Amino acid sequence: MAATSEQTLKLWEDQVTAHVKVAGAGPALVYLHSGYGLVWDESLDLLAKDFTVYAPEHPGTSAGDPDSIKPLDDVWDLVLYYYELFDKLGLEAPAVVGHSFGGMVAAEIAASNPRRVSRLALINPLGLWRDDTPIRNYMVTPQADLDHLMFADPHNPARKHVSMNLEDPDSIIRITWALGCTGKFIWPIPDKGLRKRAHRIAAPTLLIWGKQDGLTKPIYAEEFKALIPNAKIEMVDKAAHMTPLEQPAVVAKLLRDFLKH
Amino acid sequence: MKISMFHLMPYRDLPADFEQKYQSVWVDPPFWELADPAKVGQYYNWTLDELIYAAKSGMDGICVNEHHQNAYGFMPSPNLMGSVLARATNGMNCAVVQMGATLPTTNPPIRVAEEYAMLDTISGGRLVAGMPLGTPMDANLCYGITPIEHRERYYEAHDLILKAWQSRETFAWNGKYFKLPMVNLWPRPIQQPHPPVWVPGAGSLSTWDFAAKHDHCYCFLSYYGNKLGKRVMDGFWEFVDKSKLDPNPYRAGFLQLVVVADSDAQAERDYYPHIRYFYDKSLHILNEYQMIPGNQDYRSLTNSVKNLMPMQLDLMNSVKHWKYKDFVDNQFVIAGSPATVRDQLMEAVKKLRVGNLMVLLHIGSMPHELTLKNIDLFSREVLPHFRNVWDEDGWDNKWWPTALRGKTNAENIGRAAREESRVGK
Repeated sequence: MAATSEQTLKLWEDQVTAHVKVAGAGPALVYLHSGYGLVWDESLDLLAKDFTVYAPEHPGTSAGDPDSIKPLDDVWDLVLYYYELFDKLGLEAPAVVGHSFGGMVAAEIAASNPRRVSRLALINPLGLWRDDTPIRNYMVTPQADLDHLMFADPHNPARKHVSMNLEDPDSIIRITWALGCTGKFIWPIPDKGLRKRAHRIAAPTLLIWGKQDGLTKPIYAEEFKALIPNAKIEMVDKAAHMTPLEQPAVVAKLLRDFLKH
Repeated sequence: MKISMFHLMPYRDLPADFEQKYQSVWVDPPFWELADPAKVGQYYNWTLDELIYAAKSGMDGICVNEHHQNAYGFMPSPNLMGSVLARATNGMNCAVVQMGATLPTTNPPIRVAEEYAMLDTISGGRLVAGMPLGTPMDANLCYGITPIEHRERYYEAHDLILKAWQSRETFAWNGKYFKLPMVNLWPRPIQQPHPPVWVPGAGSLSTWDFAAKHDHCYCFLSYYGNKLGKRVMDGFWEFVDKSKLDPNPYRAGFLQLVVVADSDAQAERDYYPHIRYFYDKSLHILNEYQMIPGNQDYRSLTNSVKNLMPMQLDLMNSVKHWKYKDFVDNQFVIAGSPATVRDQLMEAVKKLRVGNLMVLLHIGSMPHELTLKNIDLFSREVLPHFRNVWDEDGWDNKWWPTALRGKTNAENIGRAAREESRVGK
């Protein structure tokens, strides 16, 4: 694992503490995690070889700081919060990568102020809704079903990072609270109007999608591509919704190739 | 003390293999596979008849509540039921206890203030205004409230309702969740400054805090009986003491399942299938629907996962294998002859220090006739022995409708049964 450091910054009139994991060297890459909280997986290690990876933890999901979620109420607050974070980190227009819930947030950041994002990569993002392909509410789905929706191989050992283990109460608390804090911005349906704002995204955009995604099915990749002006799709085989955990090397390579050119 | 009959209005005829075939009784049980609208109409009417029968049998109050997409109880609008009950019980010293309209899901919440004021006026000031937070199933899944905002939204709705009842001036409400330019309720409740407020809860510290802060009656609504309930109620009374409030037993409500028959053996014969139905089918709720992320704040979540969850899971697993004797010995249900029920219930209310008791006299699949029999036996053989509990200590039930304080509904004991037999002849 790459050497990571943690930066903590006071934002939002000192009401929110941002906890940001930082690793590597090179151009700035901001990585926004899924609803399950930050998992520093192998793909981030690989990216840290070429980029300075900044991985902020969504407010409230950091260990020992559950209340940082309170002052931020909606997507608009959250987007402005991230501009403040970029300012504090000295990032004018970084590359922004987001996975699942983080993908939706990344797209909103890029749509609200297109000048703040140089390149955008969305990995199995949430944020759109099709009545003909409804997205299962993963926050209330039994674990056995989730394993099939989220992983191409439901026995993938990486599922331990995002599944609640009844033998380990701390994992239940950590994941439940992370889902609650991120759920604040997507409950009850993960569609907060990105569809009407996506046309504003100016950054070249890469859509990375697990071919076997049972949660946000691949038809959503087409939907995102149709709405974002300059977007292309890369499908990843043997991956479902947790693509960075399932195929870290493939994801890292796709991102590196896209972001370096 | 005061004893009110609670009714859940369950579907009484779920298939025998319901809990094997379906994942949850709540949120997603498929209506058209399981239920029949004509039968449902019969159930609503029976429910109303049973509650009116209870009022006409001398019960101090009759309670309905709100649930959604739930085969164990589906009065999506408790105030529709309450309206019928208020009208039908006029002239009786029986409270209309709405436990009640769920605050955070009624938008705007002044709708609750208006409907409760209607019920209070229709009933001549006999309303108890229950103010439920709502369950995660009802509020978050069925009605789409963001879990992490659920409780905050409740607090705001409560403050708005109390102000709407009491303000002499038209006012603007600029809240975080609700914005109303000109609030000026018509009608206003008869009871002044407002009807008594009962806050149903499931044992969370935040709800105790809230009830104490506003001096409301706290009601612990559990289906697991007084023996398990004692832990929670002991905690509640400790909390009351620490909050420097008086230990007035009427500050607390409790729900207990109760069935009465002519003998203990008859009780088992009459009621065991319905007790089984209730715990096997009515409480067959998917865990994931009960533990929705964000619904509990971080501290409550930690407490639940570390202290309560293992106990609850164990309990739910063992209940599956329980026999009648286990339900009765553990007093999930207080059941038996009038003497048995009197003794156990008396011990329970004293032990829990409860002044406002609610009894669930209809359980699961109980048919109408058996329910009437239970109500009649309870109100003739059990209820009269409880009227004077707490009197010697001089406590005032300030959480009871003003017009009914110092009165009882004793004159109606046996009336419903007498009227029925007259009709029969």
